[in-house]
Amino acid sequence: MAEEFEPRIVAFLCKWCSSAGADLAGVSRMEYPPNIVPIQVMCSGSVSPLYIFSAFNKGADGVLVSGCHPGDCHYIKGNYYARRRLNLVNKLLEYVGLEPQRFRMSWVSAAEGTKYTQVIKDFVKDLKPLGPQTKLRRNA
Amino acid sequence: MKRTGVFICHCGINIAGTVDVKKVAEELGKYPGVVHSEDYVYMCSDPGQNLIEQAIKGKNLDSVVVACCSPNLHETTFRNASKRAGLNSFRCEIANIREQCSWVHKDKPRATQKATKIAQATVEKVRRNESLEALSVPVTRRALVIGGGIAGIQASLDLANSGFEVILVERNPSIGGHMIQLSETFPTLDCSQCILTPKMVEVSRHPNIKLMTYSEVQDVSGYVGNFKVKILKKPTYVDPAKCTLCDECTKVCPIVVPNEFDLGLTGRRAIYIPFPQAIPASYTLDDKNCPDPFTTIACGKCADVCKPKAIDYDQKPQIIEEEVGAIIVATGYDLYDKEKMAEYGFGKYADVLDGLQFERLCSASGPTKGHILRPSDHKEPKEVVFIQCSGSRDPENHCAYCSKICCMYTAKHAMLYKHHVPDGQAYIFYIDIRSGGKGYEEFVQRAVEEDGVVYLRGKVSKVFEDKGKIMVWGVDTLTGKHIEIAADMVVLAQAMRPSTGAQELAKKLKLAMDKDGFLAEAHPKLRPVESVTSGMLLAGAAQAPKDIPEAVAQASGAAAKAVAILSQERLFHAPTVAKVVKNLCTGCGMCVSVCPYDALSLKDAKAEVNEVLCEGCGTCSATCLRSAIQVRNLTQQQVAEMINACLGG
Repeated sequence: MAEEFEPRIVAFLCKWCSSAGADLAGVSRMEYPPNIVPIQVMCSGSVSPLYIFSAFNKGADGVLVSGCHPGDCHYIKGNYYARRRLNLVNKLLEYVGLEPQRFRMSWVSAAEGTKYTQVIKDFVKDLKPLGPQTKLRRNA
Repeated sequence: MKRTGVFICHCGINIAGTVDVKKVAEELGKYPGVVHSEDYVYMCSDPGQNLIEQAIKGKNLDSVVVACCSPNLHETTFRNASKRAGLNSFRCEIANIREQCSWVHKDKPRATQKATKIAQATVEKVRRNESLEALSVPVTRRALVIGGGIAGIQASLDLANSGFEVILVERNPSIGGHMIQLSETFPTLDCSQCILTPKMVEVSRHPNIKLMTYSEVQDVSGYVGNFKVKILKKPTYVDPAKCTLCDECTKVCPIVVPNEFDLGLTGRRAIYIPFPQAIPASYTLDDKNCPDPFTTIACGKCADVCKPKAIDYDQKPQIIEEEVGAIIVATGYDLYDKEKMAEYGFGKYADVLDGLQFERLCSASGPTKGHILRPSDHKEPKEVVFIQCSGSRDPENHCAYCSKICCMYTAKHAMLYKHHVPDGQAYIFYIDIRSGGKGYEEFVQRAVEEDGVVYLRGKVSKVFEDKGKIMVWGVDTLTGKHIEIAADMVVLAQAMRPSTGAQELAKKLKLAMDKDGFLAEAHPKLRPVESVTSGMLLAGAAQAPKDIPEAVAQASGAAAKAVAILSQERLFHAPTVAKVVKNLCTGCGMCVSVCPYDALSLKDAKAEVNEVLCEGCGTCSATCLRSAIQVRNLTQQQVAEMINACLGG
């Protein structure tokens, strides 16, 4: 039997909420699949659309952006900008024919280790049936 | 030539249990640009740190990655170790392979692979880091306190007694806040005025305190250590230096309006002193009501009778500019709007009162000189119903939160009522009794045992008038019985809400608020008196409902935090801020418009960063269409290389 497809995910986590929430998941010894490699950014508002396209271009099967809950941004309103900007990214990805399930945003606070774990589990589960992402992948 | 050293920590078995650290070290040793890679059982121990220092010196490393626990824990440790070995501390980065890897996975080969990628991505980042030094700015060693209630008074006195100059701004004609309106305080039944007025006098006499009453903060700019504040001083039309408090003016003033201090239970004249112990001790001519808004006639009678000629109709509003290093916001609370409590007959029946009105009825200086009388007919009420959680703990209709102090003050009200009217009966409708605090539970018990207060567990469904009585219908959920009480007076423990106007002020100060409009603290547990904006501190009920001892404690805490800022010669600021690539910038100004800190401006058609204001969030960088603005040590190029490393192999 062929080996099960394991999607490769890049996650952009804001330092103050989602990365701290991911730390809490660790401290609480929760378990989630190791498909995800986290990159800590200062704020979800600093996630440029370039990061997302670049990750898909390099062969990511899924990209996650996670920040503070709307209204709770450490930088007052960075996540509002992220929400608006990334919604457009979502539409653009759909327009170029990428499965919309491959890009995801979530709001995870520093106290939500459980939620972070669930976000990762769900994302991996949803990506598996899609198989490898080839649409935006640069030919290797 | 890049010379990076990588140090993998076992953290006992915390990391080594699920990550093959030897393999990670081996893989990293082969990674381009890495000239040293080793693992050790506890990198944070002294021998572990020595290992790093020796490798930096021995192999002439230009950057260091420590793969270990979360950067929140040991980033400082390892940056200091690097610094000791002669490396700039920003040339050291942490790869988090414990909280975000070994602790959350069980599959060892895959966890090892992930740890390797995290470490490789961190290598890509650190080798592009700039060597930076903390930014430093001088400190203006004065403080601004906004709000002259007990929290603001306490914070001002603590700061002033620590030797710092304080500007205390209060929008009302006198300081004292809501505490000065109270009769007695729980759980000791201290007379509120008796314990507060000495502090008010101290504020007015303190050489380090500049008191600005009847004033409002209009605008704040700048940053921690160097704020510029514009304060509007409203005209009182009375010169406090000349006023002798003879009270002749109020006797002749023809305009009567509801008295805010007694919450409308009495009237006052258009020229008035809020209460006899007011600080500053002077009168105010209220220009909203004089000249009479209907007739627009200014009669001039007060000036005619004023022998010391203290009244000056030509006073104008003034804008006063001050520079301060720290700001304490203590804007307090107001009661939840009574118009919203129609189901309890608030505003419809004169004998349905809120908690603060009842305080005034109990107060020796109040409208009834301390006798509890019905506002409608001035008769002594023989049965009084107190309703707790009026507007609190009701997410469907009113406020979702618990106002915290109402259980205690309602017990106090019932007790005070029994002390004034020994043959009367007090009933309290409650949902739960929350009496956490020193001596609080005993106080509630005392109300039940000594003063025979009847506690009924349940909510009131209806309040209406019938034959001169106020009928209260409710359910006792413990017995399941319907209860009807023909009361003479109903007192509502109204929810606490942020004071009127606090929201507008928070916007001027760029302070974050929670969903209920209370000011948000930087961390709910570990930084409860700081706001997310450095240099701005919170005190009292502006942050959340709290009682007097808590407000005082928080005020002293905020003052101590302010002293920590003001006692510095210079302040240091993280240098990982935005920088503009001038030749790429087209001066479109999009970054300027999104900056949450007003740290960007356009100069000569190019964006310019005020490095002290910038917090390094990077929102500008994601907005710029030409990648012309970057955050130092987390540039878009760095992130792109990290993405490559994450997906490589």
